[in-house]
Amino acid sequence: MSEAGAGRAIGVETVGMTKIFGSLVALEDVSIRVRPGTLHALLGENGAGKSTLVKCMMGFYQPTRGEMLIDGREAAIHNPREATEAKLGMVYQHFTLVPSLTAAENLVVSRPDCPAVVDWKREIAALEAFMATMPFRVRLDTPVAGLSAGEKQKLEILKQLYLDRRFVVLDEPTSVLTPDEADEMLGLLKGMTSRGELTILMITHKFREVTAYADEVSILRRGRYVGGGLVGEMSTDDMARLMIGDAEIRERAARVERSDAPVVLELAALFASDDEGLPAVSSFDLKVHAGEIVGVAGVSGNGQSELIEALSGQRDLDDGRILIHGQGFEPVRDQMDRFKVCSLQEEPLRNSAAPRMSVAENMALRTFDKPPIASLGGWLSPGPMRAKARELIERYRVKTPSTETPIENLSGGNVQRAVLARELSGDVDVLIVANPCFGLDFASVAEIRTQLLEQRNRGAAVLLVSEDLDEILELADRIVVMSGGRITLQARIGETDRTAIGHAMAGGH
Amino acid sequence: MSDALTTVAVAMFAGAVRVSTPFLFVSLGECLTEKSGRINLGLEGTLVFGAMSAYAISYLSGSPWVGVLAAGLAGSMFGALHGAICRLPKVSDIAIGIAMMLFGTGFAFFLGKGFIQPTAPRLQAIDLGFLVSDPQMKVALQINPLFFIGLALAVVMWWGFANTRIGLVVRMTGDSATTARAMGVSVDLVRFFATTAGGFLAGVGGAFLSLFYPGSWNEGLSSGQGLMAVALVIFSRWNPIACVGAALLFGAAGALGPALQSVGISQGYHFFNAAPHILTLAIMIATSSSKRSLKGAPGELSITK
Repeated sequence: MSEAGAGRAIGVETVGMTKIFGSLVALEDVSIRVRPGTLHALLGENGAGKSTLVKCMMGFYQPTRGEMLIDGREAAIHNPREATEAKLGMVYQHFTLVPSLTAAENLVVSRPDCPAVVDWKREIAALEAFMATMPFRVRLDTPVAGLSAGEKQKLEILKQLYLDRRFVVLDEPTSVLTPDEADEMLGLLKGMTSRGELTILMITHKFREVTAYADEVSILRRGRYVGGGLVGEMSTDDMARLMIGDAEIRERAARVERSDAPVVLELAALFASDDEGLPAVSSFDLKVHAGEIVGVAGVSGNGQSELIEALSGQRDLDDGRILIHGQGFEPVRDQMDRFKVCSLQEEPLRNSAAPRMSVAENMALRTFDKPPIASLGGWLSPGPMRAKARELIERYRVKTPSTETPIENLSGGNVQRAVLARELSGDVDVLIVANPCFGLDFASVAEIRTQLLEQRNRGAAVLLVSEDLDEILELADRIVVMSGGRITLQARIGETDRTAIGHAMAGGH
Repeated sequence: MSDALTTVAVAMFAGAVRVSTPFLFVSLGECLTEKSGRINLGLEGTLVFGAMSAYAISYLSGSPWVGVLAAGLAGSMFGALHGAICRLPKVSDIAIGIAMMLFGTGFAFFLGKGFIQPTAPRLQAIDLGFLVSDPQMKVALQINPLFFIGLALAVVMWWGFANTRIGLVVRMTGDSATTARAMGVSVDLVRFFATTAGGFLAGVGGAFLSLFYPGSWNEGLSSGQGLMAVALVIFSRWNPIACVGAALLFGAAGALGPALQSVGISQGYHFFNAAPHILTLAIMIATSSSKRSLKGAPGELSITK
């Protein structure tokens, strides 16, 4: 297969691609050229138009203007099926595998010519033969729900090859992989492209992957093509400047170093189960000192969400104790208030805000039962509530039309700022944070990280769970790596490196 | 005493076979619908309407099997209507299901008023009594062909979900609509057909009620069997073969009251008649957990989302 596949990669080009949604120009006159047999990186911030561009290429959207060339010939792709016929395929960031079906079932059902009655003996033999020609393989008889994220990602890519796609778009393919897995996968894909079997367009925001694996790069900002070229001829600084533009970024707070700070948060032998009732967090021990950020790294799905949920009262602990200043702590409202525990959840609109309630009401969720908002007899006073909200909106630079706007109408960064404002408005002793910058633009990321550092400098104990290793390396004082619900590495930042962290993420010690 | 016990056991076995058939058909129909990612709570209405139309058509045509077919077709109309409404945006399949349940029963009472009196030709049982010598067992082995059709159907569905394109597509649609769309499958169409076919089966289940056991048409015929079948699908974890076992269990529970009465225990008759309802409640409590999500549930179901 790999021999026969050589030289069959397709080149794709967009010319003046423009997409307008109502009054929003999502994509403006973008022309990029992906040569056959290359690994081409598409760089850009969230909202820069990367997904709009590839969705236009794949027939999910119809471009308002512009056209596409496949192997130099003009091609009109009106729907995803026509993209399939032209041998174009895409691997989404959110997997398009059916969890309850096995890998083999997923592959066979995705075939346009799937037989009415499946002869499994023959299909399995054919699949085994196909796998033998591939650089990586996946167990065929396990339901996809039981595969690790890395295996799912591999299966997605195998599916594209099984369906004989010769131009594949990968949307942030390494976001769920350990650094080692990512290197392995990208190395193998790079090999396939340079043998001319495949052309890859990879959406990413990781410069390391671009410089190490991509042949060429195209950079988008605010829906426009702002630059690109051969990777060897550009520095990461050039790329970053093109990607971010001249956005104003708030000064990062300096790190205040201190010693002999007391332990504030102590987790003793925590056990928690996931939704299936299987152990997700096992004998988790951790101490967080005052004025310290402890970063919990790991590939998503290794118990981090269950840990966060258990700490913030959204999931029952099976066993273990949470101690704050040496006293037992139960994550219920009055104790959170008494121990000054605040939390910043991932995807705040889903996890820690009431989407249809107003910005002012959402900002008062921690304080509405206390004066000055609550008065005698349990009545709420809207006046002080709005006044408090206005003050927070000002201080945390939340962009909102008014205090009465439903919070769901705000952009992701502003929802995150509003929730941050609510959580940090009082005194904070313990701050629990999960993926605070997921999906935000550079300016918001910088601001939120500054706020976290300020809390640390003020003496709060911060537990930061993040899937973004760079974020942890930048913010944390100590790092803890979680794999399979357990701690596989614990070290001070500066006393460890990416290789050791990568091994720990994969479960090694 | 042991005689009485045997009598009760035989009566419960006979009851299990007899009473389970409508449960079996409705739950297989609901299983198919839910596997495609939609819930049809309206099957109670479909069941009652199926019972009415089977009885009426059997009476008018003189052939009970034409009645069964008519019940199935009427049921598929209800399923199709549910499926068609639910493909509109922002429609809750649960709310529509409840509306369809009320509509189906009400409409059946309205059209069926004239058929309470006449006697329609009933379905004939297959007599397997020659296999045994015990007179009680001889009676118990008068089994309706629909029961065997139901058993065969369960096996075919179980095999089909794993080995046919249609089966794989239905499971894919029920587990991940986005995936199905990415594969070029029309999610609404698959669910429309699954709901229609599910309605057909529920209608046939209704035909059994009016044409075999209890074997007449009146307004109190179903007593919530269509709703219990929904619980039964959850209990059997969306597995057609397990649906058979669950239907037999519910059938046996339903036969408890009459069986005890036949040996002279008539105290608490109505209480024992409520056994299936109590069983429903007990099973739902025993098999649910506040900490675990349901295993095997199709990912797109509105109750598990």
